[in-house]
Amino acid sequence: MKQIIASLLAVFLTAVSAPSVALAQSGPLRIEITEGVIEPLPYAVPDFVAESAGGQQLAQQIARVVAEDLTGTGLFREVPREAHISQITSFGSPVQFADWKAINAQALITGAVSSEGGRVVVKFRVWDVFAGTELGQGMQFAGTADGWRRMAHKVADQVYSRITGESGYFDSRVVFVSESGPKDQRAKRLAVMDYDGANVQYLTGGNALVLAPRFSEDGQRVLYTSYETGMPRVHVLEVGTVQSRILQGQDGVMSFAPRFAPNGQTVVYSLTQGSNTDIWAMDIASGGSRQLTSAPSIETAPSYSPDGSQIVFESDRSGTQQLYVMSASGGEARRISFGQGRYSTPVWSPRGDMIAFTKQNAGRFHIGVMRTDGSEERLLTASFLDEGPTWAPNGRVIMFARETQGAQGSSSLYTVDISGRNLKRVRTPEGASDPSWGPLQ
Amino acid sequence: MRLTAKLTMLMAVLAVSACTNANRFDNDAVDLNAATGSAGGILPGSASDPRSPAYFQQTVGDRVLFAVDQSTLSPEARATLDGQVQWLLTNSDYNAVIEGHADEQGTRAYNLALGARRANSVMEYLVAQGIPTNRLRFVSYGKERPIEICSEESCYAKNRRAVTIISAGLTG
Repeated sequence: MKQIIASLLAVFLTAVSAPSVALAQSGPLRIEITEGVIEPLPYAVPDFVAESAGGQQLAQQIARVVAEDLTGTGLFREVPREAHISQITSFGSPVQFADWKAINAQALITGAVSSEGGRVVVKFRVWDVFAGTELGQGMQFAGTADGWRRMAHKVADQVYSRITGESGYFDSRVVFVSESGPKDQRAKRLAVMDYDGANVQYLTGGNALVLAPRFSEDGQRVLYTSYETGMPRVHVLEVGTVQSRILQGQDGVMSFAPRFAPNGQTVVYSLTQGSNTDIWAMDIASGGSRQLTSAPSIETAPSYSPDGSQIVFESDRSGTQQLYVMSASGGEARRISFGQGRYSTPVWSPRGDMIAFTKQNAGRFHIGVMRTDGSEERLLTASFLDEGPTWAPNGRVIMFARETQGAQGSSSLYTVDISGRNLKRVRTPEGASDPSWGPLQ
Repeated sequence: MRLTAKLTMLMAVLAVSACTNANRFDNDAVDLNAATGSAGGILPGSASDPRSPAYFQQTVGDRVLFAVDQSTLSPEARATLDGQVQWLLTNSDYNAVIEGHADEQGTRAYNLALGARRANSVMEYLVAQGIPTNRLRFVSYGKERPIEICSEESCYAKNRRAVTIISAGLTG
């Protein structure tokens, strides 16, 4: 709790001393994403222009998804369409900047949609209203009509990246466990969805209990734990074909908590022998495996650094769950978590600079982040049960699962900025847990 | 005959995972009235066949409970397991799978490992008391299969368990 208050204070002070949103009416249109961003940048996105017959609805829908993406970050605020003075009726016509200045839209996104024979082309421009200039260059994306949401996400990623200087995360997918049924008879299926909960597809049928899917870095494969054989065993699934197979290993031995190495060739996971759970690495192609830890305690939840050289994991060798870092080849591990409570499910950020984790303290669960040496711990959430963080591809946002208390309890996915702001529930058709955020496509 | 027994047991195992009623074997295909009082320790007139898995489950006691984050066996747990040992020694046709479980207050992977610790504690005890290793195996469900669903200690206490599930001998 103390930690949370401390981090909120830090946000406030930073914001006062160094306002980070480019509110000035001269100078480039720019958001510096720091903990200090508290005032979202106002922008307008009128309906895109339909350049072919019958394209009106699609043109409107695409603009709405762009707006949902941008506003959903908490960094942008949409000026409502009702307030617009100008209408954009032609993609090529000059922009009436004065009309957009008058409603204080600092950024304007214009676009057009045309379709021909099932093929859709979306083009867009981003305008710095107060400078009266275009920000970057116009671009276009082409695809099939049923891929329109992806094209909208690509537009939003471009806008986000041009204004913040960082890559976006909208055109990305999340693999997760879809949950149904009461707590004592819960059915679990692997599913994949767009980052915003749209386009859910199921990857397993729900007969076997499945847990904790993890995307490969290229988003083509998923590791997960399945009870299909009666024992929890690590499986690997090709997303394209939805074919899965069990990873090699000894029959009747539990293996779980898998994660890919950045090279996509090696898998780290936990293996249980007797009362002892250790971390192992396996070469997927050859099936050759190697034991990386050998303490008589529980070592699990391994996650590679983005350069593949180190592994962060949890261990209760000290008596309670704590976080440790070791070389990817095993050996001596150094403890990095020293605060009160238990630390678990560490995940290295894609930028390499932070580790997200679950923390359990005084009967509450938190999602938090710390530097890779354990310093600057910051708790982002607090609830009855939060667990299992996963990073957005740009390292700015974390998704996790939150389970509600009691007999009717159920699990949902949430996102939160690494600043601790902008906590939001992700809409999923059923209960959901164990998210793993894939790459920007 | 052997095959029939196996199938019956599979149904019984399924019934265990699908319901929380302590008398869940009552409606099952296992014949509970086949014999009475043929082995020591049961009340005359009991409906249960002491050689049946249902008897094991209801009368011997199929589960032991654990303290928070612990896998050590309490004196009560040992007493229950001593009964399990006697039953398994008498009924050597049967094997057993020990299922380890955790309450919901923990993260998923850790609870899987914790459930394994608990199941392994039971298995080691049974082996130490003379049950051959090849008749036993264990599996952990972590926090995935609670039998009580409230978010209070009264439920958590029952969920922190290791359950010995009797199965037809598969190893011969």
